[in-house]
Amino acid sequence: MALEGPVELKLDHYNKDGIEIVDVGGEIDVYTAPRLRELLIELVTQGHYRLVVNMEKVEFLDSTGLGVLVGGLKRVRAHDGSLDLVCTQERILKIFRITGLTKVFGIYETVDKAIEERKSER
Amino acid sequence: MTTVQVSFTPLPAHVRTARLIAVAVARRSGVDESLLDEVRLAVGEACSRAVEAHREQYPGEPVRVAFDSHDGRFEIEVANAGLVAPSGSGPASDPVAGAAAAPGFSLAVIAGLADDVRISESPAGTRVTMSWPLSGSLAAGSPA
Repeated sequence: MALEGPVELKLDHYNKDGIEIVDVGGEIDVYTAPRLRELLIELVTQGHYRLVVNMEKVEFLDSTGLGVLVGGLKRVRAHDGSLDLVCTQERILKIFRITGLTKVFGIYETVDKAIEERKSER
Repeated sequence: MTTVQVSFTPLPAHVRTARLIAVAVARRSGVDESLLDEVRLAVGEACSRAVEAHREQYPGEPVRVAFDSHDGRFEIEVANAGLVAPSGSGPASDPVAGAAAAPGFSLAVIAGLADDVRISESPAGTRVTMSWPLSGSLAAGSPA
């Protein structure tokens, strides 16, 4: 189900091979991050503990957004789950490198590669 | 000589506006295109922290941003009332997110983006100053 939202952030999610894929588009910052946070919390509450956040259409990400992703990771890990990212944009990967979070998150080039990696671990 | 000054009500919605202005002024001042993403991110971080600081203690006080170019450098100063590290609410202080949501985390991000970062605190408030080099021709003052 596509979720409409303000111009700055678009969110959508769907299930593929038992993993919930969250498509994010636009800018994740102090203003828009709460919506992503609420969605991740909602998905975990619904019992989705294996998540892939697709950030290929994210145009901006700051530490507030990082905090939301880290929060989501912690929530799913409390249920033995996983939260991986799909991102090839250097401008977005940069903040993960600066903060050392490339060592915390699994970051993949495509959704299918992220799914394949998780399936191979089962 | 200060070229542009902006002040805005401390609302998260206005942080994006400050980022857009910062990139526009940086580009006009002669900051290399390859550095503009860093400018945008660093200003966003500083303004986000300033908004969080005001939200709790000084909701009626505007956040002030000044853009200046001199001595071959483009400098941005973000000034807010109060301390840099408030105990705020919202995703920036999500207890589950832990260290990644801590206010000091954003300062670490800024330090990784600008090669010159200074933070000064006084009874009047906090100033985060950061700068980037200007590229040759525009830094010399020739028309854009």
